Amino acid sequence: MTHPELSRRALLKSGSALSLAAIAGLPAAAAAQKVRTGGTLVVAADGEPRNLNPAIVASNGVFFVASKVIEPLAEMDYETGLRPLLATAWEGAPDGLSYTVRLRPNVRWHDGTPFTAGDVAFSAMEVWKPLQNLGQVVFAHLEAVETPDELTAIFRFSEPTPAQLIENAMPALTSVLPRHLYAGTDIANNPHNNSPVGTGPFRFAEHRPGEYYRLVRSSDYWNVGLPHLDEIVYRVLPDAGAKAAALETGDIHLTAFSAVPLYELERLDAIDGLTVYTTGYEGITYQLVLEINHRRPELADVRVRRAMAMAIDPAFIVDTIFLGYGATASTGPIPRVAAEFYSEDKPLVTFDPAAAEALLDEAGYPRRADGTRFTLRLRPAPWFEQTRATGDYVRQALQAVGIRVEIVTADSAGHTTAVYTDHDFDIAIGSPVYRNDPAISTTILFQGGLPAGVPFSNQYGYDEPAMNEVIAAAAHEIDREKRIALYAEFQRIAAEQLPIINLVEFTFTTVASDRVKGVSSNPRWATSSWADVWLES
Amino acid sequence: MHTRVGRLVARRLLNAIPVILIVAVGIFVLLELAAGDAVDAYLAGTGGDAAFAERLRREWGLDRSLVVRFLAYMEAVVALDFGRSVAVSMPVLDAIGQRLPVTLLMMGSAVLLSAALGSVLGGIAALHRGRLLDGGITVVGLVLNAMPNFWLGLLFMVALVVKLEWFPPFGVASLTPPPGFLARALDVAWHLVLPVLTLALTYMALYLRLMRGAMIETAASDWVRAAEARGLPRGRIIRRHIARPALLPVVTMLGLQTGNLLGGSVVVETVFSVPGLGSLAYEAVHQRDLPLIAGILLAGTVLVIVVNLLVDLAYAWLDPRVADSRSGRP
Repeated sequence: MTHPELSRRALLKSGSALSLAAIAGLPAAAAAQKVRTGGTLVVAADGEPRNLNPAIVASNGVFFVASKVIEPLAEMDYETGLRPLLATAWEGAPDGLSYTVRLRPNVRWHDGTPFTAGDVAFSAMEVWKPLQNLGQVVFAHLEAVETPDELTAIFRFSEPTPAQLIENAMPALTSVLPRHLYAGTDIANNPHNNSPVGTGPFRFAEHRPGEYYRLVRSSDYWNVGLPHLDEIVYRVLPDAGAKAAALETGDIHLTAFSAVPLYELERLDAIDGLTVYTTGYEGITYQLVLEINHRRPELADVRVRRAMAMAIDPAFIVDTIFLGYGATASTGPIPRVAAEFYSEDKPLVTFDPAAAEALLDEAGYPRRADGTRFTLRLRPAPWFEQTRATGDYVRQALQAVGIRVEIVTADSAGHTTAVYTDHDFDIAIGSPVYRNDPAISTTILFQGGLPAGVPFSNQYGYDEPAMNEVIAAAAHEIDREKRIALYAEFQRIAAEQLPIINLVEFTFTTVASDRVKGVSSNPRWATSSWADVWLES
Repeated sequence: MHTRVGRLVARRLLNAIPVILIVAVGIFVLLELAAGDAVDAYLAGTGGDAAFAERLRREWGLDRSLVVRFLAYMEAVVALDFGRSVAVSMPVLDAIGQRLPVTLLMMGSAVLLSAALGSVLGGIAALHRGRLLDGGITVVGLVLNAMPNFWLGLLFMVALVVKLEWFPPFGVASLTPPPGFLARALDVAWHLVLPVLTLALTYMALYLRLMRGAMIETAASDWVRAAEARGLPRGRIIRRHIARPALLPVVTMLGLQTGNLLGGSVVVETVFSVPGLGSLAYEAVHQRDLPLIAGILLAGTVLVIVVNLLVDLAYAWLDPRVADSRSGRP
């Protein structure tokens, strides 16, 4: 079971009207009176991204630091869905072939150069489309960006591109770079990729490798009066124990992205002055998934896949592995928090080991003399404590219904190669991310005919015409309601065929000193600008 | 004297060349045998589509054939310029240059502290041979030696950092170091106390045992009896005639231990978040960063060679016979 009382207590304890208001959907204005300006927020960073440019590498590790310096066109918002940042208004043409963005006036880059539509056009054509890790999804058919005036950018597409998709992609995929520092250079290796210049509330001050990043307040941020903090310092602390200790001693104020092990959370939450937050990550929901190699004849049989789904109890994973923090049982590829697309209209599998055994018998895989039906090699993704632990649980759960499981472990590089390039696995525990629209990084897990070597994509040997058709149709459907209907159909097919099995949806935890205010104030909080974060004296 | 030292240095460095080449080839083969490359390691953290992966492979030269990559790699090793690290995105030599001083300071302090503590305690134990003090020192040394260094580090962390708050939890310097050279040096020293103590205590037992054994042996030697017969003061006999020759095996062990200590520092640097060579090595292996791994390994090799050279020179000072034989005098 989840612990609703825990998050409620966390909120009450924090005493922060700001975060209460944000979650309850109330105006935050009442809380604004005692805001303090100044102070240095010290947060723990897991590692040091080799490229700190979010326009090229749209990943959490990069955004965690860089989103305070470089801004996207718009940010996710609990109340309005999308909050204007560099864009003030946006609209798609009825034919889906163009998309017009009005830009914010009087914005300057940190070096004083004015921000214009030329920067947006340059970023889109020279960076997002050709260089970005996720750019092929949204910008595949982008042909040109016209700039009729300094503050208007018109995106032209060669094929209809849904406005809904562009809007959902705005927070993560549209970080704008300064054209004057990148044009004519080798963009992928530009030195500013590691000392970013942006329009955000903080400017990049220094990076001491192995020690820290330091960001300082931008004195002429367009949102006058913000940011509240003078500085943000990211201390590089790869060791989880060190992070927990530093929170306790007060040497750091905040850890994000579940940097502190789950088993430490209860203890830390009980300490006066520290609060555990499980909100603020809804826009980057992770999914714990049982990946299945359909090249194994047993696993190509949908009855076997359904039986495996019946043999695994997601509630056990939520309670025992996630200890109730920020996880819920999943019903399919689109998580419940994505209310816009989530569909109830699909067959559900319930935990029932006895029925699983019957189904396996029916599929022609009875228990043999030694009690097993067949043997599978399971590769748990090594990067989260929870993916590894889920591997152990799935092994036990499947063995209980007569499927023998051998666990094969590797490091990150070895794991991604084995699963996504060499297809050297029978089943795997993966953790794909739902990024605010099914087309960004979710349908790729179900689409057939992808080349080998693309991590976190369908390398499962699953290639189903009906599924491929729905995915292709939705990619070009301009009408919002029709597109939503197509994704409902997508969820129905996925639930019926279970090409992969979605087990659990989880978000991360943040542990913060009660002095830090404005934590978890939007659904992408850890990867947002933190302009409104402040530190109580 | 200078030419002799020069010759010794030159010979040692020449001897090191085949070692380095063998190690370099070994690293390449091992990393080739492991599934996945630097791009796979990177994409595991960031995600990315086919075009992105292909572009990175091209940029990092991983799309070339095995032979071409091997030749390019060996060329870089021979030229002592390892090119750019893909994990930290800077020249390998810069990355090592940034981290080496911290590790040198930490390791150097730990080596000296462990040898000093070990010799003194070993000496005391030898002089009280068979008595309670001897037993006590020996047992404490062995317990510390048997303890994994990360565990000792964690104990220090819990007791001295979290509970008592005597020492800082991470790093080698405060975020805003105090002004003045002395104050800054003290700040660094304060940060390094626990990592150094952790390393030194776990390696101390070795020196302790060596010193104890060697002192007991020398105490029974003819020259000590002769010195006693001449009526020399007891303190002088212990210092000049027993302890000094007994230090020889300790000094030998110093050289031999440097490599181990470098390995131990990887763990201790992680526990105390020290931005040294050890944490860089960990990152390099995790990211399959061949140039960086090769660079760090070579730096380690050179370090071990240099320390052993210093050990040889110390030998000559401690034991005049060595100097005599090397200078060619009868």
